[in-house]
Amino acid sequence: MEKAGWDGFEIGAMLRTFEGAIQNIATTLPEDRAYSQSSSFTASVADWRIEKPLFNKDYCIDCQFCWIYCPDMSIIARDKKMVGIDFDHCKGCGICVEVCPTNPKSLLMFAEQQDEDIALEQWPKKEKKEKETEVEED
Amino acid sequence: MADTMELRDIEVWDGNMAASQALRQVQVDVVAAYPITPSTPIVENYANFEANGYVDGEFVMVESEHAAMSGCIGAAAAGGRVATATSSQGFALMVETLYSASGMRLPIILNVVNRALGAPLNVNGDHSDMYLGRDSGWIQLNAYNPQHAYDLNFIAFKVAEDHDVRLPAMVHQDGFMTSHTAQGVHTMTDEQGFNFVGEFQPMNDMLDLDHPVTHGVQTEEDWHFEHKARQQHALMTVAIPKIEEAFDAFEKLTGRRYNLVETHQMDDAEMAVICMGTSVETAMEVVNELRAQGIKAGVVGIRVFRPWPLEQLAEVLKNVKAIGALDRSSPHGTVGMLFNEIAGTLFNTDAKPVLTNYIYGLGGRDLTKAHLVSIFGDLKANMDAGKPTTPLQQYIGLRGPKLSFF
Repeated sequence: MEKAGWDGFEIGAMLRTFEGAIQNIATTLPEDRAYSQSSSFTASVADWRIEKPLFNKDYCIDCQFCWIYCPDMSIIARDKKMVGIDFDHCKGCGICVEVCPTNPKSLLMFAEQQDEDIALEQWPKKEKKEKETEVEED
Repeated sequence: MADTMELRDIEVWDGNMAASQALRQVQVDVVAAYPITPSTPIVENYANFEANGYVDGEFVMVESEHAAMSGCIGAAAAGGRVATATSSQGFALMVETLYSASGMRLPIILNVVNRALGAPLNVNGDHSDMYLGRDSGWIQLNAYNPQHAYDLNFIAFKVAEDHDVRLPAMVHQDGFMTSHTAQGVHTMTDEQGFNFVGEFQPMNDMLDLDHPVTHGVQTEEDWHFEHKARQQHALMTVAIPKIEEAFDAFEKLTGRRYNLVETHQMDDAEMAVICMGTSVETAMEVVNELRAQGIKAGVVGIRVFRPWPLEQLAEVLKNVKAIGALDRSSPHGTVGMLFNEIAGTLFNTDAKPVLTNYIYGLGGRDLTKAHLVSIFGDLKANMDAGKPTTPLQQYIGLRGPKLSFF
């Protein structure tokens, strides 16, 4: 995009989040909001990341810990169900993986170039704790 | 709704009371302040008016002048009419935030009661703090007496808040000589004063919840230059005509005339001193006495210090043969600011007066009429010789061996 000259933008060190006026923004999903070109939502910062989290829905219990702890609102959840990761804004900090309580974890960090299908195929199995092996149910 | 204060046509006010009455009459929404001598009574009086129901506003007590201007910036970005006051060391602590206010294009009014900068610590008036603000991107208006301190506040609000300008403005007055010297001040009624400035018209305010904005964003080499250029463009091309418009409207309302460059006996003056603040009035008195002796002397007072009225000043000085630039701030390592500005103003013009520089009045030292008479004596000798007969920079009113440079 061609950048504006000195006389081609609004005055002040000021940016607008949305194009035009907003209404009921809290109940509008991010993908339905008219974010402006200058909103950080519009800009991809994917290249800041060297490791990425991948999500395995087979183990997810929708506890929403990752959604709460993500510092960049990059966990996409709908109707309290984990949907996936916003890779335009995720910076690969790994906090979501750290707080994931399932066994095995439903989120794991991989190198940025890791193929998702292969990662899911090779996902670690449930780790058995020693106590559990002593009192086997069946 | 604030109570109306019944004022006499002429009130006996010092410069501080005059400024605070103006803040009351324009109904400033927020004053965030950390009081400092000699500006303290301005914010103290505002707090008093606010507590007694004479202004619908908020007084925010903060922990430093840096916080005071930061609070003003927040309130202005939120969409309020905002003002505060400071002096000297407090002004110095504000400097970082002054640049934020102007860069963010927030029309805050700062009353600066000019005072020396330590060390040595000193509470009296000189122009060191005013000079410190001159690159900060603010409009700077200069009062010579309490009447000006009152009037220029109204001018400042009207210009700064104009949507074509949107720049903060300082109203300067001399510490103690103006701020604590009571004089007769012609007043406006509350209604007249408020209506001159009008209701605050918000712009990009954070409290407009339908149009969310981020204020104080970061830019790097890709945008910073364009923002600063745009700010300079507004200051250089929009502010001056808007100030002149406001001066005209104010004259129509009150009969009191202000000019970018104030002159006294300049029509046929062969020599002139140029100065600011209370010194202008002392110089006027000396010039009247010299005129009685047939000496064609004049005075130029800078009313609008930033933006610098280059063209208007060049016009006023075009026929003058000798000029004394009187700086009430130690330039620390070069000639005085007024010397440099006037040299720059005249360099490409046909006028080639002999220009010399006088440093005077630091830390509240008096500039006496005798000092001014001796300065005009120097200027006369320079005019007759057609070149400087003295060093370019001299110290006036200083004890000890005569001090001069260049």
